[in-house]
Amino acid sequence: MSEGTKATTEPQVSKNDTSPGAGIPKETPKKEEVKKGAAAQRVVDPDYLILEAPREREFITGSEAAKEAIRRANVDIAIAYPITPQSETMQQVGYLYAEGYIKDYYRGEEEIGVMSAVAGASRAGVRVLTATAGPGLMRGMEAIVSWPGARLPSVLLVMCRVVNTPLAIQPDNVEISYLLNAGGIVLHGEGQQDFYDFPLVGFMVGEKPEVTLPVAVAVDGFFVTHARGWVSMPAEDLKLPPRDCYHEAVPMMDNENPPIRISRDAPIQKSNFISYQMHAAWQQEVWAAQERAKKWLDRWLGGLIEIVNPNAKTMIVASGAAVSQGREAVRQAEEQGLDVGLIKVKSLRPFPGKELDEALAHADRIVIPEFNYIGWLAREVKSAIKNSDRVIAGPRVFGGMTMPTEMILETITGSK
Amino acid sequence: MTQGNKVAYPVVPGPEGILPPAATMMGVPLPEEGEGLVEGRIVGEQEALETAAIALLTRKNATLFPGPLVLWGWNDHTNEKAKYFFDVANELPGIRIIPMPDYRPIYPKIDPEAVINPCHPNLTIWHNKIEACVFIGVHCHFANITLKMVRAGTNCYTIALCAEAGHEDAMCSVPNFDIEKLVRFRDAIIKVKKNGIKPLYEGKGIIPTGWAQISRLSGKPVEKPKDDLLEVGVTGAFSHELETGLDDTAE
Repeated sequence: MSEGTKATTEPQVSKNDTSPGAGIPKETPKKEEVKKGAAAQRVVDPDYLILEAPREREFITGSEAAKEAIRRANVDIAIAYPITPQSETMQQVGYLYAEGYIKDYYRGEEEIGVMSAVAGASRAGVRVLTATAGPGLMRGMEAIVSWPGARLPSVLLVMCRVVNTPLAIQPDNVEISYLLNAGGIVLHGEGQQDFYDFPLVGFMVGEKPEVTLPVAVAVDGFFVTHARGWVSMPAEDLKLPPRDCYHEAVPMMDNENPPIRISRDAPIQKSNFISYQMHAAWQQEVWAAQERAKKWLDRWLGGLIEIVNPNAKTMIVASGAAVSQGREAVRQAEEQGLDVGLIKVKSLRPFPGKELDEALAHADRIVIPEFNYIGWLAREVKSAIKNSDRVIAGPRVFGGMTMPTEMILETITGSK
Repeated sequence: MTQGNKVAYPVVPGPEGILPPAATMMGVPLPEEGEGLVEGRIVGEQEALETAAIALLTRKNATLFPGPLVLWGWNDHTNEKAKYFFDVANELPGIRIIPMPDYRPIYPKIDPEAVINPCHPNLTIWHNKIEACVFIGVHCHFANITLKMVRAGTNCYTIALCAEAGHEDAMCSVPNFDIEKLVRFRDAIIKVKKNGIKPLYEGKGIIPTGWAQISRLSGKPVEKPKDDLLEVGVTGAFSHELETGLDDTAE
């Protein structure tokens, strides 16, 4: 508005207007209400949003990709405590709250409080998001491992970093190994595109009645969160259906019944053998629910694994950012006349043991590059396939190191 | 899901032992809409319904276990579903109805003639010598842990009529079990009887179980049972003693 112009809502009538009715004040035209945020979005079928809707590409960071996923995820509440490299992502999610895409958003007092609050929100039947990294995940773990047994759907974004002394903020994904035994679903994204796709899939799979589990979507910090990549996304006026907590495995918002009542009662921790049997059956059911998730992960992720050059005698098996290095190693190996294939593991829990066993049946050597010291993926693969002595558990980098593709090639050729 | 005869893992009446594996982990899939699951095998819905009907008509002390989702009048849909539930019950001579009213632990011990409880569902099965049962209106998590424990410790043929995706640990299960499927189940029972299946308890109606039902049906005021009515181990060699002293404050 230029200086000196008076802002008014009064109807303006030209002094020279002699048409009938001129000069008679007219009713102020109602300003059309412009819908913003979630109100401007329309709910679509998950199949449409995840698989079918036309997409456009943007060159954005992983944190921005996660933000765009959450924009379309119909999230009710987001709760988190800042920690590098997760802070950037939750800051982005904070913008969504300001824009009206999330109903509530706050910073918890620390991670135990955050993860406990996430449990409370999920028990209340709403769709809840949180995110953490490295030591934050470790701190929140006591609450996190209680989610699957309580059958609490949610999405936990994990931006992996060093957890051990000497403390550092650099990339290292050893923290995923702790999540593997927690009971929830664990997906490991390769890059920015996965950090857009996987959270949406996570919400939908975790809320299926036969699953009813929390979903962790892990990516390697910085490599994914802070770097840019091309991400294909559908229009931002589309969103997932809201959570329907009345069609899940346990009653929500019911403080008189287990599993919520377990917090204040002891139906199974004490008493006789039969109660212990209930606890055992309960644990079996949590892992069975993971197994049931495979059907939906297959549908929306296009399979638990992705295979490149499936007939190669030397296969790289990787998850997360190591997949990208593996892809480049496959390309460079081809230039050198080597026949090398790649399997990307998208889902760590449920683990695609049968799929890997079948896909690797022909392989002479299986190389598993990882961004951690202990080699948790190699252990998983070895326990799932026949003739596990084919596995070369490396190369591995840790503590913030990058992984030159030469390391993978040297392992393949046996030159080092 | 394609139908076939291959069974990855037979889910049959137990007792299977202390901790049988979850059928899912052994490769038993969930049925799709229009299908059913019989003893670990995907079949057509009608076959599953008729299999369930035959089990309930021919096995001893068949019992319906309605859970909270049909037992309580949460909404009009629940009330309507409960009405059709009784249409099914009325086609099953000698059927018993024992509710799973909620999932709370019951201290110091349950009345196995009045309720079934997911903390120790086998007590009700053992006490009443139930050899076929239906779970309907039970939240999936509690249905699944109950089904596992029943298969572990009893010889009961379990049937799960599930409003959601179905249950692999039941011997027979049909998913998305709405009112239309309740009607089809009633019709399946009528059909198998017409085709020559002779009900074990022909001529009998619904057999009242538990003090509340008996009081209600007899028109007498509802009273709590006397302690001696809850004595266990008196109904036969196969019943198991209830553990006394399920005190949550006990060390």
